[in-house]
Amino acid sequence: MRTASSSWAVHGSILLLAIVFPLVFSSPFMVNFAVLALFYAFIGQSWNIAGGFAGQLSFGHVAFFGVGAYASTIVQMRLGWNPWLGLPVSALAGAAAGWLIAVLSFRAGLKGSYFALITLAFSEVFRIIANSVEITGGGLGMLIPMKQTAANFQFGDRRVFYYIILALTVVSVALALWLKASRFGARLAAIRENEDSARALGINAFAEKTKIMMISGAIAGAGGCFFAQYFLYIDPMIAFGVDKSVEMLLVSMIGGAGTVYGPLIGAVLLAAISEVTRAWFTVQGLSLVLYGALLVVIIAYLPNGLIDLFKRRSSRSGGQ
Amino acid sequence: MDPYILLAAAINGLLMGGIYTLVASGLTLIYGVLHIINFAHGSMLMLAMFGVYFLLTKAGVDPYLALLIMVPAMYLLGFVLYKHMIGKLSLGRDENILLITLGLSILIENLALLFFKGDSRTISLAYSDKMIELGPLLLGVPKVVSFVAAMVLCGLLGLFITRTDTGKAIRAVAKERMGARLVGIDVDRIFAISFGIGLATLGAAACLLMPIFYVSPSSGHVFVIVAFTVVVLGGMGSFLGAVIGGLIVGLTESFGGLFLGESLGQIGISLIFILILLFRPSGLFGDKR
Amino acid sequence: MLKVSKLTKIFGGLRAVDQASLQVDEGRIVALIGPNGAGKTTLFACIAGFLPINQGHVEFLGQDITGLQVHDISRRGMVRTFQITQPFAKLSVLENIAVGSHQLHARRADALAHARTVAERVGMPAAMLDQPAAELTVAGRKRLELARTLATEPKLLLLDEVMAGLNPQEILEIIAIVRKICDSGVTILLIEHVMHAVMSLSEHIYVLSYGKIIAEGAPLDIVNDRDVVEAYLGRGAADQMAGVAGGDHA
Repeated sequence: MRTASSSWAVHGSILLLAIVFPLVFSSPFMVNFAVLALFYAFIGQSWNIAGGFAGQLSFGHVAFFGVGAYASTIVQMRLGWNPWLGLPVSALAGAAAGWLIAVLSFRAGLKGSYFALITLAFSEVFRIIANSVEITGGGLGMLIPMKQTAANFQFGDRRVFYYIILALTVVSVALALWLKASRFGARLAAIRENEDSARALGINAFAEKTKIMMISGAIAGAGGCFFAQYFLYIDPMIAFGVDKSVEMLLVSMIGGAGTVYGPLIGAVLLAAISEVTRAWFTVQGLSLVLYGALLVVIIAYLPNGLIDLFKRRSSRSGGQ
Repeated sequence: MDPYILLAAAINGLLMGGIYTLVASGLTLIYGVLHIINFAHGSMLMLAMFGVYFLLTKAGVDPYLALLIMVPAMYLLGFVLYKHMIGKLSLGRDENILLITLGLSILIENLALLFFKGDSRTISLAYSDKMIELGPLLLGVPKVVSFVAAMVLCGLLGLFITRTDTGKAIRAVAKERMGARLVGIDVDRIFAISFGIGLATLGAAACLLMPIFYVSPSSGHVFVIVAFTVVVLGGMGSFLGAVIGGLIVGLTESFGGLFLGESLGQIGISLIFILILLFRPSGLFGDKR
Repeated sequence: MLKVSKLTKIFGGLRAVDQASLQVDEGRIVALIGPNGAGKTTLFACIAGFLPINQGHVEFLGQDITGLQVHDISRRGMVRTFQITQPFAKLSVLENIAVGSHQLHARRADALAHARTVAERVGMPAAMLDQPAAELTVAGRKRLELARTLATEPKLLLLDEVMAGLNPQEILEIIAIVRKICDSGVTILLIEHVMHAVMSLSEHIYVLSYGKIIAEGAPLDIVNDRDVVEAYLGRGAADQMAGVAGGDHA
């Protein structure tokens, strides 16, 4: 069993590496790569706490991302609010969406594959609505005018964005660590493994599942705000398209669902594949082909994700 | 609103619905027998449609004639896919196989994107613009032909399931897997056959859809939601349900487009899906599991 | 402590439980027996809140708990085990038990410590605690199921065929543990097929057949009850057995 101090050494060194990274590799290409990697690690963690920790696999997690992206962009563009306020607004919006979908789905007793499918349907409904109403700009989407000042939550030096997403990612990792060590997390794990047994032991499964969906939604929502500020453009496909749901799921399942660093491992790998295929092959879609193949291979042979490779090595070197 | 417009929308909806039924019957068969939710159903239909497209553009084969090629080819693909991949991986949790079929669908969709690029393809035939008069209405010939063919094929499939020995074996395995094994049915072979039939229906549907629709690598998404809605509406594993469900979904799509416009109109199908899952997950004709 | 009145559960056309009434007084061990398919597990599921009841009431600690949610009933002190054990497979044995401990202990460290003591009470060797629950033998799982429910410090334990699948040695061990649990103040209602366990543990027995309670009483009375024998062995069996006995006398 790892001692507490060695765990903190691991966390500390990863954080140190992350902080130092853009100072060492400061080319725009590398910084962009790093931002994307952490972005996917962040929203991947959102999926992970609901799907990996609590066992509620969703195929429609982009719904929370998109709600957050639109919420923060709308209050900025239509209400004239300061863009930084977009972060709490998007988190709240994501949490509200999480609550709504959770309450409806869990009240109806949906589990497993049915739950996965209904979340997909919800994200589709959101996409269609975003595509059809005026406040979201309909199919044309919303453009945020470029004005790169700190007060405007836009930065010419992309490295600032990196440290912002790093801070957000640290929060999400801290949350995951807390889940691992808390009663709430233990209850979620019980629900994941066997919901009936969990209920028999006094756990209010409905309430706990709803809570984790709200937290998960808040994280994805905040990710939406960050995305909007980084790319300055969102539209219904970007905000609610299935691709992001898949990516959120992939980074967690490939890296290791239900683990603290799984999404980070998966995200770094996926960002690497994405950048490499784009740079060397200049074809659209190759990276996703690899993602799809990777998912099948991982589920079939390494269902606990790549993190299993790390665990096996450490146990062989005389762990337990 | 002009009653003829409503009637036209209704008829068009039913015509499309017939094809949705064909697509959904494969999905419901696969679920009913193998208890697999085949998330790759939509992308496999897309693949089959590309097959029909290239058979026409490269080899000059008429899509309706292509039925003779696509149906057996897709059956074979399904059989082999089951035997060498899905069969081996379908042990374990229900969600695992869903994730695997998800992975497959991502793989297929993006391979298509890679090879065929993102544009939509349509085909035009000698009879593409011909119309049939039905009272005050003008209906496209391909649509009517496809509908009739879809209903005939569904009927044939139904007969196969109820009258032939293999069909009976399939129903036995669907009802009681262990019992079927005990009476000597080669359950694994039945699984492969069922998966093959499931894909064969997609081969057929592809031939019938190509003349009246378009194909692009992202069509898979659209078809998945439609197919799943038909299946949950009708009831997982219910053949009659797939028929009724298909027609209802076709009508919903048509009227949705009519009353809500092209963009918002698509919402009808997803809403049906959500409402059914929330209030009657077993669908209209499924078993109340 | 527990009073079930005229409980009826109907599935479609089938009366799985029909006007069943039973009572369990504090501190006692009561058994619910009956042939396979009699509805025993269904009755348990109804009492513990897993299934909605069509007719009748369930009263626990003087309060009507009919229709309450499973977790509410569990928090009030009535916990059930499952006939087919349902461990939290990927968690370790200790973590499994800790889920139960968390009902009363909010902090993780407290729950884990409490789980250790419960494991000891149930006779689990320390080496077992870090094993993933999925790797346990049947006997281990049964013991885990017991430990997990004990960790919630229940007042009433509903044990569903806790002896099923165990060899004679293991059965003796579990009997001893169940007795110890009762001695520590927990009331027990158990479903059981292993007859000598029923006879040696229970003070009062209810017999369920085709959803109806057909007999109740002290163990020795039940064993000789004509209706009970017929429920298990078929109509006329009681007479046959009496005939054989009569023949012996002659």
